[in-house]
Amino acid sequence: MTSDNDRRRGLLARLRGRPAARSRGRRRLGAAVRLLAALMLAGGAYTAFAPSVQAQDTPMSSAATDGKALFNQSCVSCHGRNAQGVEGRGPSLVGVGSASVEFQVGTGRMPMVRQEAQAPRKPPVFNDDEIRQLGQYIQELGGGPEVPAGEDLHKDGNLAAGGELFRINCSQCHAFGGGGGALSSGKYAPTLKPATDRQIYAAMLSGPQNMPVFGDNQITPEQKADIIAYIQETLNHNQDPGGFNLGRYGPSTEGLAIFLVGIVALVFTTLWIAGKS
Amino acid sequence: MKRRKFEMAAVPGNVARGVDDRFQVATPLRRLLNKVFPDHWSFLLGEIALFSFIVLLLTGVFLTFFFEPAMTEVIYNGSYAPLRGTPMSAAYASSLDITFDVRGGLIMRQMHHWAALLFMAAIVVHMLRVFFTGAFRKPREANWIIGSLLFWVGFLAGFTGYSLPDDGLSGTGLRIASGIMLSIPVIGSWLTSSIFDGEFPGTIIISRFYIAHVLLIPGLLLALIGAHLGLVFKQKHTQWPGPGRTNDNVVGERMFPRYALKQGGFFMVVFGVIALMAGLFQINPIWLFGPYEAWVVSAASQPDWYVMFLDGSTRLMPAWEIYIPIGDGYVIPPLFWPTVVLPGVLVGMSVLYPFIEARRLKDYRHHNLLQRPRDVPARSGLGAMAVTFYLVLALSGANDVIADKFNISLNAMTWGGRIGLLLLPPLAYFVTYRICLGLQQHDREVLAHGVETGIIRRLPDGRFVEVHQPLHREDGELEYVGWVVPKKMNRLGALGPAIRGFFYPIEKPAEAPVSPAPSVDSDTERSEIASGERR
Repeated sequence: MTSDNDRRRGLLARLRGRPAARSRGRRRLGAAVRLLAALMLAGGAYTAFAPSVQAQDTPMSSAATDGKALFNQSCVSCHGRNAQGVEGRGPSLVGVGSASVEFQVGTGRMPMVRQEAQAPRKPPVFNDDEIRQLGQYIQELGGGPEVPAGEDLHKDGNLAAGGELFRINCSQCHAFGGGGGALSSGKYAPTLKPATDRQIYAAMLSGPQNMPVFGDNQITPEQKADIIAYIQETLNHNQDPGGFNLGRYGPSTEGLAIFLVGIVALVFTTLWIAGKS
Repeated sequence: MKRRKFEMAAVPGNVARGVDDRFQVATPLRRLLNKVFPDHWSFLLGEIALFSFIVLLLTGVFLTFFFEPAMTEVIYNGSYAPLRGTPMSAAYASSLDITFDVRGGLIMRQMHHWAALLFMAAIVVHMLRVFFTGAFRKPREANWIIGSLLFWVGFLAGFTGYSLPDDGLSGTGLRIASGIMLSIPVIGSWLTSSIFDGEFPGTIIISRFYIAHVLLIPGLLLALIGAHLGLVFKQKHTQWPGPGRTNDNVVGERMFPRYALKQGGFFMVVFGVIALMAGLFQINPIWLFGPYEAWVVSAASQPDWYVMFLDGSTRLMPAWEIYIPIGDGYVIPPLFWPTVVLPGVLVGMSVLYPFIEARRLKDYRHHNLLQRPRDVPARSGLGAMAVTFYLVLALSGANDVIADKFNISLNAMTWGGRIGLLLLPPLAYFVTYRICLGLQQHDREVLAHGVETGIIRRLPDGRFVEVHQPLHREDGELEYVGWVVPKKMNRLGALGPAIRGFFYPIEKPAEAPVSPAPSVDSDTERSEIASGERR
């Protein structure tokens, strides 16, 4: 530890060893120069390492401005000013990306009608242009995942690989047939029947509601194309070689059918061929 | 030389004579063909099960020609594109081949599966008929026990068959079955590893289930069905009480030709209904389930309907683990109670019921006449209780599908099932009991005062009275004999016979009846009345 006497002297002076006697004026000048240099260094470092703050100052694209107007009209009550979220109502949207907007608004889930376990799919409130503007606003606000361009995202998909990935990753909630299934406390995995390629892709990227995020590190874009191909070409194609699929709900509707159709038909037959009283 | 004249009409007689000369079968055969069966629609429910079993044997034999019961890994290269190149067991690959590449294979598979569901459904419906009419009473307790066993053996047949294709859904079921076996205290792990030959799933379970499904269980079923029918022949069929029917006779149709013809026709109808369902409704789409892999468990994984009550009881069971501090400690998992103890109790109760009831009523006589459910309210109430209990469990087995499709919280479904399982059966007992008493009371009222005519008469002093048609001439009450009491005027022949025909009238309706009714021509016409009655 340095002594009390040492601490009163400057750092450079201490490094230099025992000080030579200096005039009071020179000491004052040196202190001023050192202060100036430190201020310039700090300012320079700040300008070099904080470009994002500078970006906020750049004006938003016109689409994003329109999107912001739409946001302030329809979304702000739950997601708050500048999409920072409102405690107990809606989460912050900074960083969720346009993929999330495309899924939530494009499937009509947002804007929500009321707070409940899960937002159901309904006819979208905004048209495609407005959804793109909203997405652009959220994207420019904080970045985040984006759906690649194009409507057909499963051109080169491999059905067999997609089927295997679907059964491993998706069927736990959406069921083998893609018809959806129940989760706890009123939440559910929706049916995949009405979903478009872009919506499935956006859902995998953004993990809406109770769905986990399947980022490009977990499931590569090629594998995503495989999964979408399996869903669209096999599950949503109404290929049921065995006849009416009974909703693809599995043995529960089959059990219902054997009683409502089989047993009822045969009991009527017994009434027909045998005595009744 | 004169050629012998060939007489076509004499051929059957000559053949029959020739057969009887050699085998002396005329006397026993006459006895058999003249055997009388009472005729009532409810006596044909068991036949549905019998006929679906025949369909099961026929379609099952077809499937064995193409099925390969092995778990060796193969790469699928058949005509179903979304699975091409996928590694899978030979059993699953051959099931896919049956479905997509064997001519008629898919409809055979679907017929087999629908027939299995129908077999079990018909067993249950038949069992309910036997229970509610008291047909299980002495001397037929043994046949009741055989029937109960048939349900459980059919249950095993269904489960082993459901597991054979080795698809994702049935593999999940098999995993649960192995968990159930593991939950049995002390012997669980030994039992599981001896059945699976080691840890689940092993490499031999499909071959073992195959031989059980195509040889052992059908053999057992065949033997039990043989004993069941043999006892019906020996002990004769029960009949409803009614004119001319007593505890010591059987009134009905002879086995040949009428009864046999009806049964033959009914077999065709059962076959037709199964074929129709197999052609119209897709069942067990294994190609969507994929090969079984331990890490694939789909939402809405359910067993077939007759196993669903066990799934339901598992879902409703609270997570109560029992820890026994012996040695290093021992845990009885909660799965043990709803899937091992509950079915055990159910088997025991159903098998013992005839003896319990006889003991309770101190009734050890022979009973060949059936009882109407309303005349034994306690038994009918118990039956309703059992049905409700079963229904709550079966619905809970599908509670995730119900929750999803009807927008109900799954948690609410589970709690509803738990509370319903305790509350609804007693409620069903009470309601059934009261309904039975009400129906009894109405029967007695009609016997005492006559049938309501719908005619209101105004008396000179201004009062209105309802006119009843008494069922008897003298004063006094008619005795209730345990059979249908006429409750409508046309059942008395007072309004002319009902229009004949099942779906549409096959004769022109008579002119609108006038009141009081015209006299009816003859008794024969009256006996043709076929509709307008509910029971």
